Amino acid sequence: MFNTIKKFLPILLSLLFVIACGGFDGPQSTFDTHGPVAKEQADLFYLILWAGMVVLVAVELVIIYIYIKFRRKKNSTRIPSQTHGNTKLEIMWTILPAIFLAIVSVPVLSAIWTIGTPPKNPDVVVNVHGHQYWFEFEYQDLDVVTANELHIPVGKKILINLYSNNVLHSFWIPKIAGKTDIIPNQGNYMWIQGDDVGMYYGQCAEFCGESHALMRFRVVVDTDEDFRAWISHQKSEAFVPNDPLEKSGYDIFMSSKAGCGGCHMINGSKKAKGKIGPNLTHFGSRQHMAAGILENNQVNLRNWIRNPDMIKPGNIMSGQAAVYMDPNKSLTESEVIALASYLQSLK
Amino acid sequence: MSDETTTGLSHRKLLIWVFLGSDCMFFASLIGTYLIYKGSGVLHPGPADVFDIPTTSVSTFVLLMSSMSMVFAYAYLVRDDIKAFRIWMFSTIIMGSTFLGFQVFEFSEFYFHDDLSPQTNLFGTTFYALTGTHGLHVTIGVIWLGIIFYSSLFRNTVTSKTNLDLDLAALYWHFVDIVWIVIFAVVYLFGTFTGFPSS
Amino acid sequence: MTTIPFKLPLNIKLYRPVSPTGVWGWLTTVDHKKIGVLYGVTAFIMFLTGGIEAMLIRTQLIAPELKIIAPEVYNQLFTMHATTMIFLAIMPLSAAFFNFIIPLQIGARDVAFPRLNAFSYWAFLAGALIMKSSWFLGGSPNAGWFGYAPITTATFNPGNGIDFWIIGLQVLGVASLAASFNFIVTIINLRAPGMTMMRLPLFTWMTFITAILLILAFPVITVALIELMLDRTFDFNFFNTKAGANPILWQHLFWIFGHPEVYILILPAMGIVSEVLPTFSRKPIFGYPAMVLAASFIAFMGWLVWSHHMFTTGLGPIANSVFTLTTMLIAIPTGVKMFNWLGTMWGGDIDFKTPTLFAVGFMSMFLIGGISGVMHSFSASDYQQQDTYFIVAHIHYVLFGGSIFGIFAGIYYWFPKITGRMYDEKLGKLNFWIMFIGQNLTFFPMHWVGMQGMPRRIFTYDSGMGWAFWNGFETIAAYAIAFGVLIFVINMIKSWTGGKKAGDDPWDGRTLEWSIPSPPPVYNFRDIPIVKSLDDFWHTKQKSSNSNTKVKSKTKVSDIHLPQPSYWPLLVAVGLTIAGFGIIYNLVFTGIGIGIMLITVCAWSFEPVNEPDSH
Repeated sequence: MFNTIKKFLPILLSLLFVIACGGFDGPQSTFDTHGPVAKEQADLFYLILWAGMVVLVAVELVIIYIYIKFRRKKNSTRIPSQTHGNTKLEIMWTILPAIFLAIVSVPVLSAIWTIGTPPKNPDVVVNVHGHQYWFEFEYQDLDVVTANELHIPVGKKILINLYSNNVLHSFWIPKIAGKTDIIPNQGNYMWIQGDDVGMYYGQCAEFCGESHALMRFRVVVDTDEDFRAWISHQKSEAFVPNDPLEKSGYDIFMSSKAGCGGCHMINGSKKAKGKIGPNLTHFGSRQHMAAGILENNQVNLRNWIRNPDMIKPGNIMSGQAAVYMDPNKSLTESEVIALASYLQSLK
Repeated sequence: MSDETTTGLSHRKLLIWVFLGSDCMFFASLIGTYLIYKGSGVLHPGPADVFDIPTTSVSTFVLLMSSMSMVFAYAYLVRDDIKAFRIWMFSTIIMGSTFLGFQVFEFSEFYFHDDLSPQTNLFGTTFYALTGTHGLHVTIGVIWLGIIFYSSLFRNTVTSKTNLDLDLAALYWHFVDIVWIVIFAVVYLFGTFTGFPSS
Repeated sequence: MTTIPFKLPLNIKLYRPVSPTGVWGWLTTVDHKKIGVLYGVTAFIMFLTGGIEAMLIRTQLIAPELKIIAPEVYNQLFTMHATTMIFLAIMPLSAAFFNFIIPLQIGARDVAFPRLNAFSYWAFLAGALIMKSSWFLGGSPNAGWFGYAPITTATFNPGNGIDFWIIGLQVLGVASLAASFNFIVTIINLRAPGMTMMRLPLFTWMTFITAILLILAFPVITVALIELMLDRTFDFNFFNTKAGANPILWQHLFWIFGHPEVYILILPAMGIVSEVLPTFSRKPIFGYPAMVLAASFIAFMGWLVWSHHMFTTGLGPIANSVFTLTTMLIAIPTGVKMFNWLGTMWGGDIDFKTPTLFAVGFMSMFLIGGISGVMHSFSASDYQQQDTYFIVAHIHYVLFGGSIFGIFAGIYYWFPKITGRMYDEKLGKLNFWIMFIGQNLTFFPMHWVGMQGMPRRIFTYDSGMGWAFWNGFETIAAYAIAFGVLIFVINMIKSWTGGKKAGDDPWDGRTLEWSIPSPPPVYNFRDIPIVKSLDDFWHTKQKSSNSNTKVKSKTKVSDIHLPQPSYWPLLVAVGLTIAGFGIIYNLVFTGIGIGIMLITVCAWSFEPVNEPDSH
């Protein structure tokens, strides 16, 4: 009896898991779909999940039955019938799974083609560039370059082109679509569509180095109106701030000592034209920073400017910017505060 | 010592065949890499710029002939004509070394004259890796044959009774030759032959 | 220690050991049984180190945003954990059984090339030392066990870690190739009279198929590693994206090797299960020809599925469709094997001793891993699963629940034959249950966590993602697995040193290895058996239990010729090691190492061949 329970245990536990887990979906759950691509992928998964559960339970029950019925009684010396096989049975259990798989391959192949065929006339085209360790979003034809936050209009087909000039990355927004890898020189693409207004989590899903775990982003699905407003705002140039603290931050940013402009672009400025780091023109309007890992507020921003390597080990800014490499050029605390203030003013 | 094997073939004969099967996959991967990168990256210097087909045809011919002389060497050994065996063995080694000499000449022409190094572009990388690996195989073959030749000359241990040793070396040698024919066709001829002129 | 001289050219005399004892005996052994023990013990130690790496990984992930292990170290840990488990644990543990058991199962006195066999062990040890020494010599490889370019190129990965990985794998590759050449020739050429291929025990069949897969698959990764090494050391352009290279070349080469490699990892364990179940069920394997056919089909199809590891790399719908279909196809022979094992047990008189428990555990775990494998095969939905913990779950169900459980079944099954003693059955059962429950509790939740969007290879994660509870749970369960392994180690030490004497045939076995003493004498069989059927030993026992005749052996032990020990295999491996370290540090040493290898290989070839007797 106890032995029987021991055999049942894994099945019981598995069922418990399935039940227990069924409750709560996290921000990157692939079950909580908000777009046709993710939905088709989830539906396919449910199909094979149920079929798989049936097979699993059936076979495990057979194993349990075998244990109960055919286990050796103490001191038994019985030699059972030496069956060598059963051709009919063996043919049947070869053909039946084959038939099942043949049937199932129809929805699978159909999904492969739907998901793998980009829209002929996408509503928006975005070139996604993977960096170590952040995502850059370049809206082709719309003259907008930004980072960390991807805005798309609801219910529209978006073509995503994927580029990297460094290592492999992967672009993944679980609730909207399965991932596609970013491979240098390969020119991959995918299409997505968000059917519900809201903010969704994305994460890099191909190992890309020390801070791969910290390379994330957000996708904001806007109404048509909000999207157009966002685009035109992103196109606008940044002003030189009036507030004295923000202005002193602006001066530091543009100075050759700090050299921020060498890597970062601020549209409309003369000295910040760099394309190595994220475009910061509207940094203040983003909800998150450092590739989706921190909320965009003064405290986090100051920590980041003070010591980026503490937050994101191996990031390129810590490894290349003079203010972090050259002890003579490092930022004072008041400079950090001023810079943070300036950056947050860039709404 | 065991006389009987399940198949009747000697263990070592079977081993060399299995090894050559493995070596096939090795060269297939290198040739595959070459073909995948053909036409990619910086295109010049490219095959058409550097290859001297007439010269390479001569070295190919020499290598082919070395296989023929290997066949003769083996045939004479089996017949216990050690003197003739030595002559043909020596000629195989000379022809194999000549082939290697042509390779060295070709590499230095490409490197010093045409500015094609492995670092130059994808063609340089894949070409040198593939043909260099083949050249290493030939070198190992020449050393192997040299050792057998030496044993025959100075130790008198090579006779018709020990012909298996030569048989194994000969199989390896023929394999290396066949691989070269494939490389010559795929790399050299495909690389420069641009089709019949349309009239 | 007595020696016999042998002459090299140039009249150099060298001494060859005759009956060495102690450490020198182990260093010069060419006896397949000793080599099997060397493989097994070394591989198990490597398994423990891989386990420690896993425990560290799990500890870092027990809660969100922990800073126990720095990201750079974490990346080295998961790289080394996988590399260790695949190349330094599972493969050589399987090799331990190939070595010890195959000649016994086919009725031979040793393998076809005893010195090559010794060499493959020493080369394995060299590869293991090179790989593991990276921890102490400035940093281990940190780019995953699959080392995708371009992050493994010198541009993105200066420093020695990747070089250790490349050279370690190359040396291990040489070891594996040497061993596989040996086993192919042995199985083809040294079978006892009457043992046709269709009378081979299934473990031998699986070994044969595995070896063929290996010799064809390893050259591909050898080429990939050579290309990467040429890039890193000499600035070649194979993976230099600035020169126009496409990193996907690496992935193709790697997975054309990598997929057959996973069959190399599972087939031996399947072979062990196919031995254990019939023995403990007292019935022959159900559908022997189908088992052989299914394994052959799996091995063949294994070459046609590799891009299912690359579904998200943008191959296009045509390629994705083809590889989806071929991958689904390969599920069918795998299912056939499962059903045949069930058929073997059905109607049997099954003794659920520890080997049986591990074999049945294998079946139920591999079933789960197989089902999740079919889920991955649907490339469209794989876009959500790829690179998540869903895959980590699949991997561990098939490799831990599968290969490792199968290997443990083999360890317990053949423990009496190898050591001459019985293991402690109570400890064995405890070991099984703790490992079984631990494995399920650790890896089943990973299916869920993966579908909740947790990617792989991340050193930390945020709270609020829905992952924290299960990660903590998985870590505790992983500690339980470690405890189970501890029980195993205790059982092994206790039983090996003081277990009850086993006798020739403690399980009433079916195959030839049970017809000789435990542990086997150095010559294995006094008389080479003449085989009349599958499970010949079983039939002989049934017949002789009816009649009371015992055939007296006519062979004098002193007449049996065995291969002589040799130190050349060890020395060639030493040369290989030096050459390898030379590529990492200073090419002068590569030259020296190659020189040593040339000399020692030549000397080896001039040493008289001592193939084992077949009569």
